[in-house]
Amino acid sequence: MSTMTATMPSSALDQDWRRVLRWGLICGGVLIALCLVGMPVELDRRELIERYLSLGYVSVLMIPILIGRIAATQVVLEGVESRKQGLYDLVTGLAVGILGGVSLSLLIVALDSWDLRDPLVNWSPKLFRFLTYENGIGFGLMAWIVTCGLLGMMGAASHVVPAMLRRVSGIVVLSLLGISVLEGAIEDLSEGFGLEWLTDLLYAKKGGLTLTSAILAGAAIAFVAVLTSGRVKALTTSYREKEGADRQKASIILFVVVAVLVIVLPIFLGKIMNELLANVGLFLLLALGLNIVVGLAGLLDLGYVAFFAVGGYTTAVLTSPNSPFFAPEMHFGFALIFVVIFAIVVGLVIGAPVIRMRGDYLAIVTLGFGEIIRLLFLSDWLGPYFGGAQGITNIPGVDLGFATVKGTDPRSVFYLVLFFCAIAIYVSWRLQASRLGRSWMAIREDEQVAETMGINTVNSKLMAFVVGAVMAAFSGAVLAAKVGSIFPTSFMILISIIILVVVIVGGMGNIAGVMVGSFVLIGVLGGPKQPGLLQEFQNFKLLIYGMLLVFMMLKRPEGLVPSARRSRELHQDEFLQDAWLKGDKPGTDDDDGETVGDDGGEEE
Amino acid sequence: MTDNNGATALLEFRKVNTHYGAVHILKDVDLAIYPGELVCLLGGNASGKSTTLKTLLGMVTPTSGEVVLDGEVVNDKPTSYRVINGVTMVPENRRLFKRLSVKENLELGAYLRNDKDGIAEDLEKIYDLFPRVKERLSQKSGTLSGGEQQMVAIGRALMSRPRVLLMDEPSMGLSPALVQQNFELIQQIHADGMAIFMVEQNANMALSIADRGWVLQTGRVVLDDSAEALLANPELRASYLGEG
Repeated sequence: MSTMTATMPSSALDQDWRRVLRWGLICGGVLIALCLVGMPVELDRRELIERYLSLGYVSVLMIPILIGRIAATQVVLEGVESRKQGLYDLVTGLAVGILGGVSLSLLIVALDSWDLRDPLVNWSPKLFRFLTYENGIGFGLMAWIVTCGLLGMMGAASHVVPAMLRRVSGIVVLSLLGISVLEGAIEDLSEGFGLEWLTDLLYAKKGGLTLTSAILAGAAIAFVAVLTSGRVKALTTSYREKEGADRQKASIILFVVVAVLVIVLPIFLGKIMNELLANVGLFLLLALGLNIVVGLAGLLDLGYVAFFAVGGYTTAVLTSPNSPFFAPEMHFGFALIFVVIFAIVVGLVIGAPVIRMRGDYLAIVTLGFGEIIRLLFLSDWLGPYFGGAQGITNIPGVDLGFATVKGTDPRSVFYLVLFFCAIAIYVSWRLQASRLGRSWMAIREDEQVAETMGINTVNSKLMAFVVGAVMAAFSGAVLAAKVGSIFPTSFMILISIIILVVVIVGGMGNIAGVMVGSFVLIGVLGGPKQPGLLQEFQNFKLLIYGMLLVFMMLKRPEGLVPSARRSRELHQDEFLQDAWLKGDKPGTDDDDGETVGDDGGEEE
Repeated sequence: MTDNNGATALLEFRKVNTHYGAVHILKDVDLAIYPGELVCLLGGNASGKSTTLKTLLGMVTPTSGEVVLDGEVVNDKPTSYRVINGVTMVPENRRLFKRLSVKENLELGAYLRNDKDGIAEDLEKIYDLFPRVKERLSQKSGTLSGGEQQMVAIGRALMSRPRVLLMDEPSMGLSPALVQQNFELIQQIHADGMAIFMVEQNANMALSIADRGWVLQTGRVVLDDSAEALLANPELRASYLGEG
């Protein structure tokens, strides 16, 4: 710090205390909210490092680190003069952390003094025990204030220390977190490769890493991180800077690698992981369809689940011997033809009356239609045909001659879904570059002007509805064959909303984004009823979805993919945090929409 | 209808009336645009200027009267038919497809055309006309400056190979220098033989480059004369040119 400017603070204590107070209170508020939501107590059961650290504590401890870092970064960013990083930031982080710790202490005292369990379900002795570490209230108070302060400072330090150190320690922490949280998935995977001895060594019997293995693994990861430093980044930048034919070549290589991985990997995966991938595929298929409706044509359809239901019920009626009224017991492949026909018909029937509406009106009306379709299947009126609340059971799997695809064999289901996803991806990709695709984009941007260009907006929009409907119906058909039974409750409105979240979080209107979105949301967090990799978060899934959605709308409305590419070198878990941390720095948004999925479209 | 030289009108209104619900907008409007002409329609707010354009393009159907394109009554023909047959609009405030690239915007102008070679040829013509547009082809059109956006908007309209260009308030939202530049552009395109129908509030500027003009007042044509005569008209000077 040789060049001190006049605006440099004279001492580290010369702070913008109002900002520190604000971030400190935010930190405290988040901590208390987390505790009262019940997340730490519930996640406490899950050990990450045997006897030393549980997921519950991590969920609390990461907050001061994150907010400490944000506070330190923000002060620099928003200052009139950009100050040098240094002690100043550490004090900010420390103060923010201490404020957070004090808030938690107040919660401990309150927990001890009053019983508010009536309105607040999680106001429990369990939470008290968790927060005091079963060591008495005095210890709890001191421990949280000190720990949070230190962690806040650590967060701030991550902003101050040299980039190399930051990168390596970040990778180590996040990888260890990943390895321990994804224990189940890793064990499943290693079994497929015959590497059980490795996981036996790594994890303790009751779950969680052993302390020794954590230290060893951390060291190994640090070593690798130092070795690869700079190379991964160079690779991604060189990919991004490529143009024209070179870029296309790189994209093709990337695509082939991913495709081979997707085809080969399931062979080595166990049931649980294959089930998870199959679910990701089902939702990807839905999301690809909705991406055409919302992402390309800009029609906000909140009743998209209706088409999913149509596909499911059509398959159920046509293939199941238990269909109450009409049971032709067709083969799945034959039934698909009718699935397409009915999807088109329902797409037109719902689409035609609502297509002239715009924006919010369209959203509300489609929301209604989505529920109407479900209620119709549930109603007494159609009960004799569709089984009402009892649904239709005993739907056979897909007989392919050499194998049967059914729910008990999730690997086969995955390959079936993969087949449909491949078609959907190809169709979406071709459509994007087509005349129809261009008319959708024009309508999305400015419907009136699109009309003056001579685009038949009504027909174009109906086509978007119909193409989206067919994709959703395929997904519904596979769902029927996979689960073997179909009920009106399989098609709750929540599904429409979650698919929309997938599309928005992934990146509207771009195929790669939708793929990343469905993997992150459905694969990692889990679908409405399907567990994801982070099964522990099952009960907090919707909370996380909501937070993610709000965050994306504020900081990265173009979706995950640009950031995904920037931080592909890092671990999956990081890129959510990475987006959070880097999202508001200037200069990160200059490559909007410039994504892998668009490459084909731009060449023409 | 023929003009003094015996040519047939390209686009014509014959006693056109339009309604939005019960509201009577255009009242017995007669207009005629001849090939290669630069004409302008003047009028204040809510005088029916935009409705006139929408009716010419077929986005609003007249309740009575005829819209005639090349001697054919096209009242019932959709917008696409009129665009194919050479009528195109440059919308008010340019209204580009902001999140699409400049190239995509231009290509959307040729949405109804199938002749790939012709489209490529016209793209080249537009690059010649606006070299600055060529530099920014892959840029999102929303990030262009106002003047560049105007060029893209005109380029987009030209991509449909129009014979008559309808321009809705071309000077709106532009700085005085850009308005000047814009009018020079319009004259340049007109010099190549394009018929231009311009709707403007900037009467002075519009009349200085136009051949003829009409003045619309609450849906009725109140003045129909040559540009010089209109410029000299004391009534018009009083109400539109801020004199008197």
